[in-house]
Amino acid sequence: MQTNYSIVRPFWVIVNKEISDTIKSWRFIIMLAIVLLTCTGSLYTAFTGFASAKPGNDPEESFFFLKLFTISDGTLPPFIVFISFLGPLLGISMGFDAINSEQNKGTLSRVLSQPIYRDYVLNAKFLASLIVLSILFFSLNLLVLGFGLVIIGIPPTAEEVLRILMFSIVSIVYVAFWLNLSILFSVRFRQATTSALAGISIWLFFSIFYNMIVNVIAKGISPAQMISENQLISLQKLIQNIMRLNPGQLFDDATTTLLVPGVRSLGPLTMEQMSGAIPSPLPLGQSMMLVWPQITALLAGTLVFFGLAYLQFMRREIRSR
Amino acid sequence: MAEPIIQLQNISKKYGDFTAVDNLSLTIGKGEIFGLLGPNGSGKSTTILMMLGLTDPSAGEVKVCGIDSTSHPIEVKRKVGYLAEDVGFYDDQTALENLVYSAMLNGIPRKEATKKAEELIERVGLTGVKNKKTGKFSKGMRQRLGLADVLIKDPEVIILDEPTSGIDPKGVQDFLNLVVELRDEHGISILLSSHDLQHVQQVCDRIGIFLEGKLMAIGDIRSLSEKLLTSGRYLIELGADNSREAGKKLTLGWFQNLAANMSEIDSVSEENGLFKVLSSEDISLVLSKKIMEEGYNLNFLNKKEFGIEAIYNHLMEGGTAYAN
Repeated sequence: MQTNYSIVRPFWVIVNKEISDTIKSWRFIIMLAIVLLTCTGSLYTAFTGFASAKPGNDPEESFFFLKLFTISDGTLPPFIVFISFLGPLLGISMGFDAINSEQNKGTLSRVLSQPIYRDYVLNAKFLASLIVLSILFFSLNLLVLGFGLVIIGIPPTAEEVLRILMFSIVSIVYVAFWLNLSILFSVRFRQATTSALAGISIWLFFSIFYNMIVNVIAKGISPAQMISENQLISLQKLIQNIMRLNPGQLFDDATTTLLVPGVRSLGPLTMEQMSGAIPSPLPLGQSMMLVWPQITALLAGTLVFFGLAYLQFMRREIRSR
Repeated sequence: MAEPIIQLQNISKKYGDFTAVDNLSLTIGKGEIFGLLGPNGSGKSTTILMMLGLTDPSAGEVKVCGIDSTSHPIEVKRKVGYLAEDVGFYDDQTALENLVYSAMLNGIPRKEATKKAEELIERVGLTGVKNKKTGKFSKGMRQRLGLADVLIKDPEVIILDEPTSGIDPKGVQDFLNLVVELRDEHGISILLSSHDLQHVQQVCDRIGIFLEGKLMAIGDIRSLSEKLLTSGRYLIELGADNSREAGKKLTLGWFQNLAANMSEIDSVSEENGLFKVLSSEDISLVLSKKIMEEGYNLNFLNKKEFGIEAIYNHLMEGGTAYAN
């Protein structure tokens, strides 16, 4: 018997089941279809826009390949905008009923009466979704890379490939953030509909209303008469920091910097700071340095939500239905 | 009693101000079928959850198979099969897949698990539907599949929480027969909770009656009745042919006279043409002889022994006087 335990690890049994459940579920298939459709659309517009944007000697133009992700001819938003918009929805859809649906079906008490640690269930569900997400994003981005290669005929440089991989990782972290938020709701709320609505309303709040509110605040605190340069900068910084409470803003900052190497600062730059700067794109390391706070913040949020969900779940009494 | 397999020592469970289980001590022996009887909300399920470590007691100690359930729930759950009330399965998976999943969570490799699951499905009589999705199963079928699910880990103890609620009488009968067979074949100890007296009475060796988190009475049915009933153990119903041709008429007054002379008789009454004599001893023979001797025409006699049902009802109606 002891040897059997080393062969069959209950944790991976749960992960396996969760992965196959996710992939077979209609909601994942629908989300996948939406993501694929919008990405195809935005890629198509990117390709049509390429005719006018040939690689030239302009150093800003040297990361030609990355433009696939960021440019658009105006008919459809570019690839990264779609990811930043649909990613949260994908995460919420994968996590909102993780725990409460099992509780309502009565399967949670059955699974937890097997000799497994309670956190196995939570961890396995998170890991399973993370694995599916990782496969999805890596393959999506590599597909874009492949299509780009075939259609444009110019191979990407090593740095471009690295930047795209980093972009994939940041996307996964971003979606994992929303995934954990919705898992937290699924532990907190007994009804799956409540937790789905809670997740979606937070997503809507940040993707639509948050910017409006920040604009109102900005209008309110900006002085009417002329102010000094320093005051203006500090005001700008304040507003930017308020904006950064929005996880979507963090993601946008991070991805833009990664995919547009020309970006050298996420805050206001004075002319003095600009003077003497070599007009060349930043190397990957420097771009990473620039967005490291954003990535850390997203990771921290992910961990906080996971910790809260964990705390609530471990203390909970598990009744059938 | 055989060696104890479940030991509860002075356990309590409080939810805020509400006390669900109040200073409960209980020992269940190996190979025994023990029935926890009590109305809904009396703390049966909470007690069971504490045995499995699915909720922690506010005070006291729970030991199953000699292992502390609160601090070592995993070891306990390796030995204990738990069938929750209204058990749930993954609706989009077949019966077989559901069982194999449980088996693998117990560390049984897939091949062995499949073989075992098929055997158990046959054992509970679901072979015909083993490849059907459980979403289509009736409640009775789910409950039987639940029993197979519990057995897949070869448990030493099975805990069944309200296993018969919501199943039709035939289904209940099959289920209970299966439970008894299991005990007889494998010597598994079984704890069964129910609010239905009939079911518990049928299969259990010993019964504990639960009310408002307290164990009101414990023992086998015979000792329970002896212990609890201090009055009116027998109800004798008598009927006589009182038609004109028969001659003498049997009246309530006759019984009242008799009661005055016999200390065993507690009370007499008349209802729907039948006389009811409540007595502390079985005096049906004496009564019938007397009636015949005096020339009455006895045409109906029925003796009712007060079963556990009366005790149960008595307790349910708030009769706490008989505890201890």
